[in-house]
Amino acid sequence: MRGDKRFVGAESREARLAWAFVLPALGTILLIALFPLAWTVWESLHVHDLRMPWRGQPFVWLANYAEVLTDGRFWGAMLHTAIFTVGSVTLELVLGLVLALALNRAYRGRGLVRAAVLVPWAIPTVVAALLWRFMFDAQAGIANAVLMDIGIMDRPFVWFIHSAGAWVPIILADVWKMTPFVALLLLAGLQNIDTSLYEAARIDGAGPWRQFLHVTLPLLKPAILVALIFRTLDAFRVFDLVFVLTGGGPGTSTEPIALYTFNALLQNLRFGYGSALGVVVFVVTFALAMLYIRALGVELTQAPE
Amino acid sequence: MRRLTGWGPVLVVGLLVVATAFPFYWAIVSSLTPEARLFEAPSLFPSQLVFDHYRALFDQRDFWIPIRNSLIVAGNTTAFCVLVGSLCAYALARLQFRWKRPILAFILAVTMFPQISIVSPLYLLLRELRLINTYPGLVLPYLTFAMPLTVWLLVSFFRQLPAELEEAAMADGASRLRAFWEIILPLSLPGLATTAILTLVYCWNEFLFALSFTLGPERQTVPVAIALFRGQYQVPWGQILAAAVVATAPIALLVLLFQRKIVQGLTAGAVKG
Repeated sequence: MRGDKRFVGAESREARLAWAFVLPALGTILLIALFPLAWTVWESLHVHDLRMPWRGQPFVWLANYAEVLTDGRFWGAMLHTAIFTVGSVTLELVLGLVLALALNRAYRGRGLVRAAVLVPWAIPTVVAALLWRFMFDAQAGIANAVLMDIGIMDRPFVWFIHSAGAWVPIILADVWKMTPFVALLLLAGLQNIDTSLYEAARIDGAGPWRQFLHVTLPLLKPAILVALIFRTLDAFRVFDLVFVLTGGGPGTSTEPIALYTFNALLQNLRFGYGSALGVVVFVVTFALAMLYIRALGVELTQAPE
Repeated sequence: MRRLTGWGPVLVVGLLVVATAFPFYWAIVSSLTPEARLFEAPSLFPSQLVFDHYRALFDQRDFWIPIRNSLIVAGNTTAFCVLVGSLCAYALARLQFRWKRPILAFILAVTMFPQISIVSPLYLLLRELRLINTYPGLVLPYLTFAMPLTVWLLVSFFRQLPAELEEAAMADGASRLRAFWEIILPLSLPGLATTAILTLVYCWNEFLFALSFTLGPERQTVPVAIALFRGQYQVPWGQILAAAVVATAPIALLVLLFQRKIVQGLTAGAVKG
């Protein structure tokens, strides 16, 4: 690059080439992601019911959003999403940290372990959901069999007709699938920590627990933050897992916001209202992402090179 | 810190491996168990293994159709993304131009896009274009998440290559384009392969768009087909689990073969942000 500057116009030539390289991909993204997003916003300002085409698509300003705010099923869906997000992400971070610490030490066969833990992350979420639905099946499920064997229950528990019980397989399935991913992110963070810091701490007389509190945790903060936000954003959009495990049931007691939006759109064919829900999901995700970029930006500038 | 101290870590890792593997073991064993025995008291070690469910899966349910659909959709999406995305990623990683940082930030932002937020316009658009229940009707929506993912992963791969190589080539009189084509591309084949694998895996696993934009079994992808399996009287668990094993096996194989590269790609994309 430094060599280029000797030639007049080399930089503008490079810029032109760069644009030629960037435009096809960027254009695709703008056309297929950004343009539809604008369309969602526009759609959300209309009543558009595909079951009643004779009603047309009257422009109704913010009427759909007013309905969202007074819609009990919407607030329920937000609550379910929050329960799922907090429950699964907390468990994943705690277990992921324990795993990452263990993986960072036990290095015989670590490659094998790392490969093994990647598999649940890589398989289709639908498959993970089905495996857990089968394990928690009232009759055929091994969960009930084990719980009865060790004497916690005396007859099979029907997990999926119980509005609190149905959360157990949902959260367990997510923890099973995503904890390894969290652990790998944290492991990468752990491996960046300078081992001489531990030597110094040991010389100062710090035991393993104080080393963890005063060396590991502070230096791992950026990695924990990345994992936290990635998982939060992901969990907030949960769809596949709940669709397959409970379908949002019993009733709508495990229905997250993405599933409610899907149902409003493709079950009830209320495109205006469903679009308003979609916009709400986008706004919340965007706010969370902004939080992420801000928090991470601060961390990155503070982190030593 | 790197030395093995005590049995704690070993125990944790052992538990992890068991907890990870058990659902797979259980699915495989159950998919080989006769339907009638599935609903008896489960036993960890099966006494009788049969291939009935796998046979029924392909003979009665034509499970090769969703497999074909998934391969076509995922393959086309990945090919397009790697082709177009590698140019974009190269420019973002190596060339100097204004707007570079905003574009990078924008692409990262799009990777976090909630898919559900664009289901309604995409549905209306595909309906208008008569692309509901077609292959292009899935490839187009898949580009929304696959393209930013591909570009993002490739940018971090291209950045890892030493800049001296192309500078040397250009000092010898090669153009940027030739330097990219003859020096950078061959060197980044491992990165391109890893990116292609990850994109394939994401497309293979995708559920929401495939569920929204297909109507019947003839264009359903593997996850949709499995999720919508219905039996006549009860849940056909044997066949569902056989299908789950078939859908998972190629992914598991790819991940085990390329795990080192995949971990590098993932953590580079995420941690270096």
